[in-house]
Amino acid sequence: MAILDFAGASQSTVSFVTNYGHRLYSDDFVRQLDRVFGSAPDGANDAGFLENQTNPALVSDFFELALSFDDGSFDGALVWDSLQFLSSPLLQTVVAKLHRMLRPGANLFALFHTDERIENIPTYAYRIHDKRTIQMVSRSQRKPAQIFNNRNLEKLFQDFQSVKFFLTRDRLREVIVRR
Amino acid sequence: MSTQPARPLETRPEPARGGVAILGKSVILKGQIYGREDVTIDGEVEGTVELQEHRLTVGPTGKVVATIKAREIVVLGTVQGNIETREKIEIRKEAKVIGDIRTARIVIEDGAYFKGSIDIVRAEAPKPAAVPAAAPKPQPVASAGTPSPAAAASAGDIKR
Repeated sequence: MAILDFAGASQSTVSFVTNYGHRLYSDDFVRQLDRVFGSAPDGANDAGFLENQTNPALVSDFFELALSFDDGSFDGALVWDSLQFLSSPLLQTVVAKLHRMLRPGANLFALFHTDERIENIPTYAYRIHDKRTIQMVSRSQRKPAQIFNNRNLEKLFQDFQSVKFFLTRDRLREVIVRR
Repeated sequence: MSTQPARPLETRPEPARGGVAILGKSVILKGQIYGREDVTIDGEVEGTVELQEHRLTVGPTGKVVATIKAREIVVLGTVQGNIETREKIEIRKEAKVIGDIRTARIVIEDGAYFKGSIDIVRAEAPKPAAVPAAAPKPQPVASAGTPSPAAAASAGDIKR
């Protein structure tokens, strides 16, 4: 199987996925977002970062840099918490592109912060340690483009076959979407 | 955190001849590198690099835009291009690698940047030496429900 990982390459995830005999495609999606739209460390520069996501030229650059895959390239996608930092309409365009990149029956795994009260949310580098453990390495804090509830998420992934939600202890909503 | 059990360092017998060829920091090379010795690139290379039985090291100042084939590759600098190694690739922290990798083993240090796909190619088990064909011996008929080893093997083959 071909697996897309947006967390950036790490030894543990590479070992975990490739030990099953799968092919791993790795990129740091949030780093590419920062590179194209301007970094938003600590949430300080978020106005420009989110505003730039509506610039058609930058959006085109972003797709060329981070999402230039053929349709039906992957059997699974680990997008982690990256979708939270996309504003509309870029978010919808990225999800539509992910839908095309995944083969029918493929699964997509995403995380969304649930706490609406805090302005900046912690961000992590996610690494699969073993079957039961995901290691979260702290990166920074940043402001999400929006906070999602179940209804938002169902609407966001409406073109997919099914959406399942799991609430975790860390104020995170795990979402598994089937293409 | 490593998921591999600790094991003693492997020692590899050094080849009887041949040292390390070094392309210095100020060297810019466009074309094909084909070698029968280990190579270290500290400068810039654009083209193809082929060291089938040897090790390529891209130093911290090295920038390689090339298709690379080598026995083993260690990257401390920048590589853009597809990489194929027979044994191992190491992407050290501060390294930047963009391209698709086919290798038997991979080591990625924290802090390294990698964009591309990773295919782990398992080393093939050595094939047994060919045995000259002998006249077929008469085999007892296997009883129903207990296939002979030969029958089981061929059933497995069909499954695969």
